[in-house]
Amino acid sequence: MSGRTIIELEAVRKTYATGSLSVEALRGIDVTISEGEYVAVIGPSGSGKSTLMHILGCLDVPTEGRYELAGRDVSHLDEGALARIRNQEIGFVFQQFNLLPSLTALRNVALPLAYAGVHGDERTRRARQALDRVGLSDRADHRPGELSGGQQQRVAVARALVTEPSMILADEPTGNLDSVSSADVLQLFRDLHDSGRTIVLITHEPEVARQADRVLAIYDGAIRDRQPEGIAR
Amino acid sequence: MNWLETLRTAIDAVRSHRLRSMLTMLGIVIGISSVVLTVGLGLGAQDEVRKQIDALGSNLLIVSPGSSTNSSGVRGGFGSASTLTLEDASAIADRTVAPDVAQVAPTTSTSTALTAGTTNWTTRLVGTTTNWPSVRSRTLASGRWFTDKEAAAGANVVVLGSEAASELFSLGSPVGQTVTVGGTALTVIGVLDKSGATSDDSNEDDLAVVPVTTAQRLTGSTSTAVSSVYVEARSADVLSAAYQEVNAALLTSHDVTSAEADFSIATQDALLDTANSTNRTMTILLAGIAAISLLVGGIGVMNIMLVSVTERVREIGLRKALGATPSAIRRQFLIEASLLGVAGGIVGSLIGVVGALVLPSMIDQPVSISAPAIALALLVALGLGVGFGVYPASRAARLTPIDALRSE
Ligand SMILES: Nc1ncnc2c1ncn2[C@@H]1O[C@H](COP(=O)(O)OP(=O)(O)OP(=O)(O)O)[C@@H](O)[C@H]1O
Ligand SMILES: [Mg+2]
Repeated sequence: MSGRTIIELEAVRKTYATGSLSVEALRGIDVTISEGEYVAVIGPSGSGKSTLMHILGCLDVPTEGRYELAGRDVSHLDEGALARIRNQEIGFVFQQFNLLPSLTALRNVALPLAYAGVHGDERTRRARQALDRVGLSDRADHRPGELSGGQQQRVAVARALVTEPSMILADEPTGNLDSVSSADVLQLFRDLHDSGRTIVLITHEPEVARQADRVLAIYDGAIRDRQPEGIAR
Repeated sequence: MNWLETLRTAIDAVRSHRLRSMLTMLGIVIGISSVVLTVGLGLGAQDEVRKQIDALGSNLLIVSPGSSTNSSGVRGGFGSASTLTLEDASAIADRTVAPDVAQVAPTTSTSTALTAGTTNWTTRLVGTTTNWPSVRSRTLASGRWFTDKEAAAGANVVVLGSEAASELFSLGSPVGQTVTVGGTALTVIGVLDKSGATSDDSNEDDLAVVPVTTAQRLTGSTSTAVSSVYVEARSADVLSAAYQEVNAALLTSHDVTSAEADFSIATQDALLDTANSTNRTMTILLAGIAAISLLVGGIGVMNIMLVSVTERVREIGLRKALGATPSAIRRQFLIEASLLGVAGGIVGSLIGVVGALVLPSMIDQPVSISAPAIALALLVALGLGVGFGVYPASRAARLTPIDALRSE
C-alpha cells in the first residue's frame, strides 16, 4: 500500500519561546508518509504529538526544517494559501470536537464547503451526504449541545471528510469518548482508509494505534519509526 | 465564502449572542435617537419662529422708533420712542415718495384695562388704520372691521383679539356687546381669528384694536407718536427697493443723516435671522452633546467587538483551520459590526421619530422630523459600525489558527 509521497518532513524542529524560557517540542523529525497510508502517532504526554500534527496540518510552521505537502514546499506560503490547503486537502478531527455550538450539525458540516465557495443546494446536499456516511442523517438539525459526545465526534468526522480531502488528521479523536463511541469513530477512520484516504491518527492509547498500518512512536520530540508488530498485539 | 454567506454568518452570530448584541446596539440607539431628537427640536424651534414671523404679514417692513445702532446711550431722546409719528406714516404712504410701498399701517400700543360687565382684563390697546388687517394678514372670526368713516371720526368701536374676547366674554358672542375703557363705552364690532404668533414679545391674540384717533382719545395722549409702522411692499421683488424708499423718506422728513437715524427698519428676514441665531446656538450645543453620545456609543461598539473577538478566539481558530482566509474572517467581523451599527441606527431613528411625535404634547415644543438628519444618522451609525469594527476584525484576522485554537 504505497502510493505517491504525500508528506515529507525533513529535520523539522519546533521551538516554543516563552519569554526567556524556550521549549524544544520537536527536535529534528524526518517522516515520509505515502498517499493512502494509515499512520498512528503514539507517545507519552508532552512528547510533541500535537505539535507535529499542527505542522502537518499547516496550522503552525516549523522553526527549522522543510515540509513538503503533496510535493509542494509549504514553509513559505502565506496565510491565504495555507487556508486554502487546509480547506481543500486536509480534514481535521480534534479531541475537543470543536463544533460551533450555535450552528446545527448540518451547518457545522457545511462550514468548510462555505469557505470552499460551494453554494446553497450543492453544499447542503454534500453536507447531508457526509452526515449520512457517519450515520447521523437523522440528527442534521440538532445543535452540538443536543448530541452525545460520540455523536458530536461523528459530526466532526463528517465535517473533516465533506470537502473530500486526501488526508485526515485526527488528534486524540477518541480521547473524550467511551469505548463504544471510540469503536464507532475508529470504524469510520477504517472505512475512510479503505476508500483511499491518508489518515494520521494521534493517540496515546496502544489499542487505538493498533488500527493503523504503521505506528510512529514519538518520545521527547524525536521519532522512532515502528511497524505495528512492534506493539504488543 | 461570498458576501451573502458572510452576511448570514454575521446574522447568526448576532442572533446567537442576543444580550451582547443588544448592549452593543444600545449605545448607538441612544446616540442616534438623541441626534434625531435634538436636531428635530432645533429645527422645530426654527420652524416655529418662521411661522410666527410669517404670520406678521407678507413682504413686510417694520419701522420702529429709536436707532438700531444705539450701542451708546449718548444719543439721548431716541429711547423716548416718540421719534416716529403718524406724519411719518403718511409720508411713507405717499406714492410719489415711495412707489413700491403698497400699504402702510401705523400702530400705537398701550397697555389698558378693559371692563365688560364685572369682568376686568388688561390687554394691549392698539390704535391703527383700516388697512391693518390687510397689512398684517389678519382675518375676522366674526363681526366686521371699522370703516374709514369710523376711523376718521374716532368712533367708539373696538375689534378684539381672540384671547381678549374669550377673557372678557366667556359666554355668547362679544359682537354687539360693550366694553368700557376708563369710563368710555366701546361697541365690540368684531373678533379677530387666532394668529398664534407673537411679536415684540407681545401676544398677537390678546389685544383690542381701535381707530388710532380713538386710541389717542382713550389714552389722553396729544402726541401723534406711534410705536411702529407696518409697511407692506408691492411684492417680494421690490422689498429692498421699498426699504430704500422708506428709509430715504424718513431721513428726509426727520432731516437727519443715515448715521443719525432715529428709527430702524426691520425686514421679516432680519427678524428671522435674529431669532434663529439664538436658536442655532442652542441647536449646535444640543447636537454637540448628541454627537458625543454617538461617539461614546461607537466606542462602546468597538469595546464590545474587541471583547467579542477575544471571547471567540477559538471560533476564529476553528474557522481558520477549516479554511477561512484572513480576509474572510475580517469580512465576517466587519459585517457583524456594520449590522449592529445599522440595526442600532434604525432602532435609534425610530425612537427619535416616535419621540418627535410624542414630545410636543408633553413639553409644548414643536419637534420636526428631518429626513436628512435621519439619513445622516443612519450613515453615521453604519460608519460607526464599520469604523469601529475594522480594528477588532483585523486583529481577529491576524491570529494564527493554532494560537486561536489553543486559547481557552
Ligand atoms: N504554545 C506553546 N508554548 C510553549 N510550549 C508549548 C506550547 N505548545 C506546546 N508546548 C510544549 O511543547 C511540548 C509538546 O507539546 P504537545 O502539545 O505537542 O504534546 P503532546 O504530545 O500533544 O501531549 P499530550 O498527549 O498531553 O497532548 C510540551 O512540553 C509543551 O509544554
Ligand atoms: Mg496533544
